[in-house]
This record gives sequence, structure tokens and C-alpha cells, in this order.
Amino acid sequence: MAATQVLRSEWTKIRSVASTLWTLSLAAVVTVVLGVLISLLSKNEFDKMSAKDRLSFDPTYISFAGMSLGQLAMIVFGVLVVSNEYSTGMIRTSLSAVPQRGTFLFSKMAVATGLAFLVGLVTSFVAFFLGQAMLGSHKAAIGDPGVLRAVIGGGLYMTLIAVFSMGVATMLRSPMLSLGILMPFFFLISAILGNVSATKKIGQFLPDQAGSKIMQVVTPIDDDVPYGPWGGLGIMVLWVVVAVIGGYVLLKRRDA
Amino acid sequence: MIEVEGLTKRYGEKMAVNQLTFAVRPGIVTGFLGPNGAGKSTTMRMMLGLDRPTAGDVRIDGQHYDRLKDPLTYIGALLDAKAMHGGRSAFNHLLCLAQSNGIPRGRVHEVLDTVGLTAVAKKKAKGFSLGMGQRLGIAGALLGDPRILMFDEPVNGLDPEGIHWIRNLMKSLAAQGRTVFVSSHLMSEMALTADHLVVIGQGRLLADTSMADFIRENSRSYVRIRSPQRELLLDVLHRAGIVVVETGGGTLEVDGHRPEDIGELAAQHRIVLHELSPQQASLEEAFMQLTAESVEYHAHSGAPLGAAPPPLPGDRPGPPTPGPQVPGPQWGDDWKKG
Ligand SMILES: Nc1ncnc2c1ncn2[C@@H]1O[C@H](COP(=O)(O)OP(=O)(O)O)[C@@H](O)[C@H]1O
Ligand SMILES: [Mg+2]
Repeated sequence: MAATQVLRSEWTKIRSVASTLWTLSLAAVVTVVLGVLISLLSKNEFDKMSAKDRLSFDPTYISFAGMSLGQLAMIVFGVLVVSNEYSTGMIRTSLSAVPQRGTFLFSKMAVATGLAFLVGLVTSFVAFFLGQAMLGSHKAAIGDPGVLRAVIGGGLYMTLIAVFSMGVATMLRSPMLSLGILMPFFFLISAILGNVSATKKIGQFLPDQAGSKIMQVVTPIDDDVPYGPWGGLGIMVLWVVVAVIGGYVLLKRRDA
Repeated sequence: MIEVEGLTKRYGEKMAVNQLTFAVRPGIVTGFLGPNGAGKSTTMRMMLGLDRPTAGDVRIDGQHYDRLKDPLTYIGALLDAKAMHGGRSAFNHLLCLAQSNGIPRGRVHEVLDTVGLTAVAKKKAKGFSLGMGQRLGIAGALLGDPRILMFDEPVNGLDPEGIHWIRNLMKSLAAQGRTVFVSSHLMSEMALTADHLVVIGQGRLLADTSMADFIRENSRSYVRIRSPQRELLLDVLHRAGIVVVETGGGTLEVDGHRPEDIGELAAQHRIVLHELSPQQASLEEAFMQLTAESVEYHAHSGAPLGAAPPPLPGDRPGPPTPGPQVPGPQWGDDWKKG
């Protein structure tokens, strides 16, 4: 079975369902709009900030603030791409057509990942430029040290969130179960672990906290995170690899 | 050609398929018959590599399913008409299947035309009626122009027109020399379409035979008699050593004798007959008897030799059977639910 055939087939699948369009556009719109609003608020707050906070002020990172919510739509995208197959029963038709389960899964993930990266990258650039426009005199420029890395990193971060969700959904199959675990995990648990001092050390190694380090340009004053931007992204990649391998192993073993 | 050898599937405690061995030969319609829960769908899923057998093996043209290059061009299957994404149009559903197996796009239009869905090709599948969904599933099975076709209970839930269409389709596919393997829980359905029968009950193989042989071996023929002089007739038949079964409404039934013999015997004794007719038990009854025997055999295992033959299931009481009645699961219970 030629992999290009399966890639083409998965592209037809992904472009022919409505959920692809609305999840990805929601991810982009929410990230950009929220980023613009928070940038605007931050500019107005700047004068009231303490000296210490001003030193930690990171205009690039602020323009990506909308990603905390926008990533939830990316999670829905990643979950639905995979679990749609199960919730509709399409999986049996799909695996009858492509019985090599690895080829099936990795072609599907490759197509969805490519699309998520494209949308993520565009979103990241738009969020950055619109955010900076709101920040007025406090803005960063794309040519400043570390800024381009952070903006491309924003696209990578959104992509990895989607791939992680695909891996988890492959393991769990049910869309409701997958969303029921992933949404609170990224929206609540990670934030709580990261903000309580006792669990902060653990929270730093969760995929979203480690991965979002790539979007930081200014290191906060009392930062004690034991990894840099690429190290953080590497930790996130490890999570993603584990989720994808877990999904693959289960798909390979299970009855469809 | 599909070869199934020692195929077994266990789900936890449940033996869904138990040591099945048979072959599906080309050029004919092979019916796969068994009551609901017999293991037909499970067997078909294993044939397509969807479920992993606990033991045993399936080969399609000598190869394992996942070794087939572009499997849709070898074997097309309709297991479940709903096994598709309802939000995708009929055309795109078929297109993604076609692309995965290197089948040209033009073929999608052809099969849509074959099943009569061209007019709704751009419509989402979730708006389709059951019959239309079934047709779309069949279009998917035909997509690769495969030599082997497999349908799991294709007429279930269809209206008479849809049923008619599917029967004709299967016959024409076999007439083109293709292998057609179709399951049903209804003997009557098989009688209309199948040339060969594979019968299973509780996951076990019960029969693997031509339709004609199955009818000959399994259907009971008997003579039905009605007479206003019933007592006298019973007496005469009894003295002639002929076993009579009294059924409701004053009707008598005799097994193993020609109507001619009984008519002449009655004439000798000047007995008036209102009915003397040769009867053939229906195929449905033959099928039920076969599967009931498998259940009985199962329940009797360990019982002393010479145990009673099983009572004939159905509304008509069978011949009186001496000996203890063995309680246990009746095959017919399951069947009636279906
Ligand atoms: N995935 C499954 N998990 C557990 N039991 C199953 C599963 N699939 C089928 N069974 C059981 O296996 C038996 C055979 O089922 P099936 O193959 O669907 O029969 P049929 O298609 O002949 O009606 C039934 O008792 C059914 O409940
Ligand atoms: Mg079934």
C-alpha cells in the first residue's frame, strides 16, 4: 500500500468534514482576538506596574496570551480528527481499506499535523503583529533577539497540542472521554499545579507549561525553570511522542 | 476464494466463534446462515482483519487480508451501512476510499450510478434513509471492482423495493463470476439467493452444503389427512403399523409414507377423506431443526446414549417424544427475537 495514496485519502477526509474548519478557525480567532485584548490591557497597565514587573515585561509573550484559550479549540481539532472515526463507525470501513494500521494512523496524523502547523504558524504571526500594534511604545520587533524563535515556536506549540490530543484520542477512542480528560487537564489542572508552590516543580514538566517556554523572550526576574526555550519544547515533544506511541500500540493490538 | 481454518474468537468468557473451517468458493452466492448471535458478523470482521482471531486463520486468495495490496480491489464488503461519517458527502466518502486504494476518481461516479445515488452524490450521508445508506455502503464495496463481495445481513430493515434490488444485485454479481458471501438469520432469504450454504449456531459450523442438498437432507416431508371418520381412520392406520401424529383442528399427519398408500388403505376400508396432501416442511423449519439439534446435542453431552431426539420447534407440535425433556437454552428463543 503506497503511503501517498493513504495521505491523499486522509486529506480528502479531513477537508470534507465541517469540524475541521470550525475548530481550526476558532483556534485562530480566539488566539488572535484574546491576544489583542490582553495586549491592549497590558499597555494601559504598564504605567502602574512595579519596577520588577516592568523588567519582566515580555511583549512577545503577552501577544500570545490568547493561546491559553485558543489551544482548547486545537485540542478539539486533534480529538475529533481521530475519534470521529470511532464515533461514526467509519473506523471499520477505513481499516478495511487500509489494513496496515500504522500506515493508516501515521498518514492521518501527518495530514492533520501539517494542517495544524499551517494554521498555528499563521495564527502565531498574526497574533504577534496585531498584539505588538496594540502595545504601542512597549512593543517588540520581529528582528529582536529571540522574537522570531518565539513566534515560530507559537506555531509549533499549537501543533504539538493538536498532535498530543490525537495520540490521546487514539488511545481512548471516545471523543467525549478524550475531551473530558484533555480540557480540564490543560485548562485547570496544569494551571493549578503551576501556581501552587508545592506542586510548581511538577507543573513545570507538564506539556503545556514546558512547551510554552518557547514563546518567552524575556526571562522573568526570579525564574527558576530548569530548562530553556528549546529544552521546554523538547519536554513537550516527549509527551507527544509517548501519547502517539501509546495510541499506535493500542490501535495495533485492539479489535477495531 | 476465502479459506477459513479453525477460526475461533473469544470475547472474555463468550465463545463467539468456535473452530470454524470452511471455504467460500468463486462464482456462486454462498449464504452464511445462523440465528442472531451465532457469530456471523464476528467471523466477517475477522475475515477483514478488523478483529484478531483468538485462534485459526483466514486467507483471501491465499493471503492474509493485511498482505493484500489495495484490498478493496480483491474484496469489497458491506458490514454495517452506518459505518461512515455522516457529515461527509456520498461522493467524498467514496473518494477517500478510492484514493486509499489507488482507484481512479472516475470509478466513484460509476459506482454512484450503479447504486442510483448520482443525484444525491453531494449530499451529506447523515440525511440518507437506511436504504440509501445501504446503497452507499454497497457502492463502497463495488468501488475496487473486486472478485469477492461480502455482505452482512444486507436486507435487514429495508423496504420491499430495497430488498428486491439487493437480491438482484447479488445474483448479477455471482452471474459475472464473482464470489459472493452473504449472511442472514433468515432461511427464507437464503433460499432465494444462495447456491451454497454455510450454517452456524453458537459459533460452531453446523452445515456446509449446497442449497439443494440442504433442502433434500433437512426438510421433512409428510402427508396431511383430514377425514370425518377420524376415529376409524386412526384405527386402520394403527393396525397397519403407520405412526400418526394428531395436530390441531382434526388434522392428522403421517411421516414416511406416500399419499397413494394411505389413500388406497382408506379406500379399502371405505373411509371418506376430505384431504390427502403431500407436504414439505418449510426450509425455515428445517433450519430451526438443524440449529435446535446443535443446542440439544450440546445440552445432551454427557447424557446416556439413546437419548430422545429433540422435539421439533415451531408452533406445530412434533411427534411425541419419549424420554426426559432436557431443559436448557433453546435455539429458537434467540431466533424469534431477530
Ligand atoms: N466486541 C464484542 N465484545 C463482546 N462480545 C461480542 C462482541 N462482538 C460480538 N460479541 C458476542 O459474540 C456473539 C456473536 O455475535 P455476532 O458475531 O454479532 O453474531 P451474529 O452476527 O451472528 O448475530 C454474540 O453473543 C455477541 O454478543
Ligand atoms: Mg450480525
